[in-house]
Amino acid sequence: MANKISDETIEYVGILAKLELSGEEKENAKADMERMLDYIDTLNELDTEGTEPMSHVFPVYNVFREDIAENGDGSGDTLANAPLVKEQGFKVPKTIG
Amino acid sequence: MDICSMTALELGEKIRHRELSAAEAVRAYLARTEAAEPEINSFVTVDAEGALRRAQEVQKGIDEGIFSGPLAGVPVAVKDNLCTRGLLTTCSSKILSDFKPTFSAQAVRNLEKEGAIVIGKTNMDEFAMGSTTETSYYGVTRNPWNTSHVPGGSSGGSCAAVAAEECPFALGSDTGGSIRQPSSFCGVVGIKPTYGTVSRYGLIAYGSSLDQVGPIARSVSDCAAVLEVIASHDKKDSTSIRREDYDFTRALTGDVKGMRIGIPKDYFGEGLDSEVKEHILHAVKKLKEEGAVVEEFDLSLVQYAIPAYYVIASAEASSNLARFDGVKYGYRAGNCDGLHQMYKKTRSEGFGAEVKRRIMLGSFVLSAGYYDACYLKALRTKALIKQAFDSAFERYDIIVAPSAPTTAPKIGKSLSDPLKMYLGDIYTVSVNLAGLPGITVPVGQDKKGLPIGMQLIGNCFEEKKIIRAAYAVEQMCEYKAPKLCGELKNSAGGKSTCREGGRQVWRDSMRQ
Repeated sequence: MANKISDETIEYVGILAKLELSGEEKENAKADMERMLDYIDTLNELDTEGTEPMSHVFPVYNVFREDIAENGDGSGDTLANAPLVKEQGFKVPKTIG
Repeated sequence: MDICSMTALELGEKIRHRELSAAEAVRAYLARTEAAEPEINSFVTVDAEGALRRAQEVQKGIDEGIFSGPLAGVPVAVKDNLCTRGLLTTCSSKILSDFKPTFSAQAVRNLEKEGAIVIGKTNMDEFAMGSTTETSYYGVTRNPWNTSHVPGGSSGGSCAAVAAEECPFALGSDTGGSIRQPSSFCGVVGIKPTYGTVSRYGLIAYGSSLDQVGPIARSVSDCAAVLEVIASHDKKDSTSIRREDYDFTRALTGDVKGMRIGIPKDYFGEGLDSEVKEHILHAVKKLKEEGAVVEEFDLSLVQYAIPAYYVIASAEASSNLARFDGVKYGYRAGNCDGLHQMYKKTRSEGFGAEVKRRIMLGSFVLSAGYYDACYLKALRTKALIKQAFDSAFERYDIIVAPSAPTTAPKIGKSLSDPLKMYLGDIYTVSVNLAGLPGITVPVGQDKKGLPIGMQLIGNCFEEKKIIRAAYAVEQMCEYKAPKLCGELKNSAGGKSTCREGGRQVWRDSMRQ
């Protein structure tokens, strides 16, 4: 019990989550996560030895179909939602320095 | 004749028999919405113009015999995490504040194929993460029974809109109780179907293995009729299931003779408000008088459902919400130096606190070193919870439970202590973990006048049993509308809302 989250861990989780947290947000996130993990630790009381992890309640299968286009060209509508467009593409900030 | 207080089926029948036109129905609900919204704020967007235009098309279809079903011409409000083509779909988040989907969710399409008319999009907890509808970027929704209380969540806008008679029925989504709990708080009926029954295509994902779309209405019959329309096997959703039965309205008999009802002792102990308990057990007693066989039992594992749920839901959320990066749609942060900083800044500015909290937790439990101890442990717990329900359903047809430990809390009392708020989901999350169907039906009010809901849980694919029992309960506890509805009658309307910086702004629409 009493999980401790270090500054490095919260930094690392921020990288995984692609979130930039302010100093205060980081402290709050640490406290929140420590409390949640303490709570999640109650699962350790439960003996799950020999129980398979269940990701879906029913069996899940891949659903295949022939590779034939069923919808029209929606590129105009799709691009209309883009924050920035350039020549029929999504425009993003510089990717390589 | 007050159009707004009719059930969806009553309204549909009047439209079918030409006693009312689809446009009259739409205009009546738009007027009610315009009057109610300053108090309730159920909607993120009201599409008066689109709904009135669609009403003309649908009326033509009814006159030509193309639309002949029970929902033809009937208005519907749709939770704002279900995509609607060309109509703003925000998930009540800043990050989707200008997103207009290029397609509609399958559940919405199924309704439109039957001639139902979407009048607007309802408020919710941001990305469906919450139990109070207070985490919306577009302001809190207020409970029509008492506007200083929350409507519950995350489908709080849909439930409040139905209770305030701003629409005859609505769509919601339920990942951990988000249809059943707000239905309970708002005194309406809501169904969370068996996982896979309603297509998730076009439902903006939160926890994909738990999410289900379902109906919210003012009667069990309406919910059954709507479920019959929205349920379908859909090849666009790989977890969609082809069911043997879709005729849910056939269960509206109210016959509970010989039905075996299990009462989990662990659901009626410490933490349950005494008035909530009393009302539910009173309804159970009445079912017994109607011939049901009632027995108490130990469900077990109840205390493990919430930690398992939050690990699984947060893990899936952290993955599902990775798509919101400011590239293809939605909000993008300005003044960014390079792509990576743009991603981080966009997400940090675009998501609210609760969403960030869950993305962080989800990223953590999936990270190397914690994956086995947290995530796989939660999936193993889920398997045991499913087994506990399997063995219960060997003995019982349905399980009766509260929908929430209390009636609706006051606005502003829940968010400061997230863990305490999560504990409020104790009676609902297991149902999602086990993929089961559940229905909330109102059974009365507490001394403060706030509604109390009863939850009926069925085995997988046995919606008909819970609908049958819920219908019987409904016959004993007559539907009551909040006082507010009487006060809101007789106003003119036809305005749409738009959003400016998160603020609701009404503008005149075409009036007919």
